[in-house]
Amino acid sequence: MSLVSDFLTRWRAYRKPGYIYGDEFDGARRDYDEFDYAWTMTIDLDRCTGCEACVTACQAENNIPIVGATAFAKGRQMQWIRIERYWEGEYPNVKLGFIPMLCQHCDAAPCETVCPVSATYHNQDGLNAQVYNRCIGTRSCAVYCPYEVRYFNYNNHVWDAPLAEQLNPDVTVREKGVMEKCTFCIQRIRQAKDHAKDDGRRRVRDGEVQPACVQTCPAEALIFGDRKDPESRVSISMNDPRAYRVLEELNTDPSVIYLKKVDDNAG
Amino acid sequence: MQAEDPNISYADVNRDIVRSLVETGPKYYITLAIAFGLTLACFFFPWFYQLNYGIGASGVNHPSVWGTYLASFIFWIGLSHSGTLLSCVLHITNSPWRKAMYRSAEAMTLFSLMVAATMVMVHLGRPWFIHWAVPYPNQMELWPNFRSPLLFDVMAITTYLTGSSIFIYMGSIPDFAAVRDRTTGWRRHMYVLLSLGWRGTDTEWHRLGWAYTFLAVLIIPLAVSVHSIVSWDFALSLVPAMHQTIFAPYFVVGAIYSGTAGIVTVMFMLRKYMNFGKYITKLHFDNLGKLLLVLSLIWTYINILELFTGWYSGTSTEYEALTYKLFGYYAPLYWEMILFCAVAPLLLISTRFRTSFVPMLILSIAINIGMYTERFLIIGTSLSRQYLPDAWGLYVPSLVEITILVGSLAMFVTLFMVFIKIFPSVSIYEVKETLPEPEDGVAEWQPTQ
Repeated sequence: MSLVSDFLTRWRAYRKPGYIYGDEFDGARRDYDEFDYAWTMTIDLDRCTGCEACVTACQAENNIPIVGATAFAKGRQMQWIRIERYWEGEYPNVKLGFIPMLCQHCDAAPCETVCPVSATYHNQDGLNAQVYNRCIGTRSCAVYCPYEVRYFNYNNHVWDAPLAEQLNPDVTVREKGVMEKCTFCIQRIRQAKDHAKDDGRRRVRDGEVQPACVQTCPAEALIFGDRKDPESRVSISMNDPRAYRVLEELNTDPSVIYLKKVDDNAG
Repeated sequence: MQAEDPNISYADVNRDIVRSLVETGPKYYITLAIAFGLTLACFFFPWFYQLNYGIGASGVNHPSVWGTYLASFIFWIGLSHSGTLLSCVLHITNSPWRKAMYRSAEAMTLFSLMVAATMVMVHLGRPWFIHWAVPYPNQMELWPNFRSPLLFDVMAITTYLTGSSIFIYMGSIPDFAAVRDRTTGWRRHMYVLLSLGWRGTDTEWHRLGWAYTFLAVLIIPLAVSVHSIVSWDFALSLVPAMHQTIFAPYFVVGAIYSGTAGIVTVMFMLRKYMNFGKYITKLHFDNLGKLLLVLSLIWTYINILELFTGWYSGTSTEYEALTYKLFGYYAPLYWEMILFCAVAPLLLISTRFRTSFVPMLILSIAINIGMYTERFLIIGTSLSRQYLPDAWGLYVPSLVEITILVGSLAMFVTLFMVFIKIFPSVSIYEVKETLPEPEDGVAEWQPTQ
C-alpha cells in the first residue's frame, strides 16, 4: 500500500465511523452504516411501570457510584439510565408518564464530533463508545448531548468497606474528571462475541446478549438486539406503528426506539 | 497627532520612558506584592484544592456542566481582542493616535491570552492530560479529533498567542535598543539580549517597517478567526440559544467591545500612576470613546437580532430558552448586562463625557462587568434549560469559582506590573515620530542618573 493510498484509506476510515479498510478484511467495500452489528434497544412505554429496577441493575452492573445526599442535592447524581417522569393535567385529574432515558447511541452523535481527543467515538458495532482513559474532562460532550445522558465524575468516589467487594471486575472504576455514560453493557457484548467466536459461529445469536437493564425489566418493556438481523425480536418490535425516536428532529439518528404509550381514555 | 505639550523634545521622551523603567517607588512594590499575593491565595490555592478534589469543587452540576471557568475563558480571550487587533488596524490605516497607546494595548492582549489559557487548564477535569489535545506524533498513533471545535480552539489560540507575542516583541526592538543605551548594570545586559544588536541603520528600519506591516496584516484575520472559533464551541452544539449562526460575529464584536473598554481602563491607570499624562491625552480617550460607542451599537443590534431569532423560531425549545433568559432565574443579570453594555454607553455621544477621564474609567469598567455577565449568561441560562424538562437545573458558582475569578484578575495585574518594568510601556520611537525634529538635527543625549 503506497503512502498516499494508505493515507487516503485511513482518512476515509477516520471520516466515516464504521468504515473498515477493504484490504484488511474481506475486500468488500463497506460504508457508513455497515457496522458488524447495529445494536438497538426498543422501549415499550405501554409496558413501563416506572419501577426503576433497570436503574438499580445498571448501578450494580456498571460500578456506578452512589453519590450521597449532598451531591444529589447539587444535581450530581449518576444514573446511566434514568426514569423521567412527566405529569399531565391538574390535580385531581393527573396523569403520570414515564420515559426511561439512556444514551441513545446516536449514529450521528453530536458528542463524538466535539471531543477534542476522540475519547468518545463510534465503534464497529454501531455503539457510541467512551474511552475513560482518554477523557480529559472538557465536558463538552455533555453539553452537546441533547438527551443529557452523559454523567461526569465531579470527584473520586469511594465504596465503603464491604461494598467494594461487589464491584464488577469487567467494568472500569472511573476516576475524578472523567465523563461516563451508558455503554449498552459493552462488557457483555464483548463476552457474547467471544463465546460466538469460540463456538465457531460467526455472529452473536438473538437473545444471547442483554444489557443489565433489559435483563432486569420485570415487565419486559425493554428489548435489545441487532437490527441488522431482520428476524430478531428488536427488528420486529421496532417496526411497530407506535415506534418513534426522541428528539428525532435534531437528526442525531438514535439507536433507541420508543414505542408510544396508547391511552384508551385519550380523546 | 501633535502631543498636547508642543515643548516635548526627543530627550524628554527618552527620559520619561526610561524613568518609568528604572525608577521604582514603594507604591509599585506594594501593589505588585498585593497582586502577587492575591494570585497565590485566590488563584493557585483554590486551584490546587480543586485539582485534588475534582471539578466538583466548582458549582457545576448535571445539566450545567460548564460554568464560570469557561465564561472567564471567553472573557479573557475577548479582552485580548482589542489590543493587537486594534493596534494592527490603526497601524495599517496610519492613525497617528495609536502610537502612544499600542504597546500597553498589545501587552494586554498577550497577558489576557495567557490568563485565558490558564482558565482552560482550570476548566478541564483532568488538566494533566491537556497535551492530548495537541497533535504530536506518538507511538499509539493517536491523534486529536480534528472535527472538534475545541481542537480548532487550541490551534487558533496558540497561533494567536505566537503571532501577537512576535508582534509586540518586534515592535519593541528599537525601544529596547534605546533603553539599552541609557541603562547600566543587569538591565543593560538584559536589554543587550532583548534588542538583538539593533543599531538603528536605515536597512534595519526598513526591514522592521516591512515586517511589522506584514505581521499587522496577518494578525487582523487571525484575531477575527480566533473569536469566531471560540464562538463555534457553543454554536456547533445543539443547545437552544447557543445553536445560532449569529454567534461568530456576535462574539467578535463582543470581544472587540470589551477589549476596547479594557484599553480605556489600562490607559487611565498608566496615565495616572506612571505619569504618562503628556503622551496619553484626551484625544486618545475621545477616539476610544467613539470606537466604544460604535461597538456598543453593533453589539446592541446583534442582541436584538438574537431575541428575534428566538421569537420567530416557533419551536418550543428556542422560545423557552428566550423567555428563560429574559424573565427567568438569571433575568436580573440579563437586565444588568443590557444596562451596562447597551444603555450606559449611549453617554459616549457627548464629547464632554468622552474627554473626561474618571467617567470614562467608570464606564469602561461597567462595560467589562456587563460583558462578563454576557459570557456567564450564554453558558448559565442556556445549559440549565435544554430539551428535556426532566433534566432542567440551576447553576450557581461556588466559592472556589469566585475566588479563582478574582485570582485570575490579580494574575493579569501581576503580569502587567512586571511588564511595565521590562518593556517601555509607551513606544519611544513611534512617539518621537509625532514630535517636531530637534532643530540641530541631532538627538540630544543625556545620561539618566
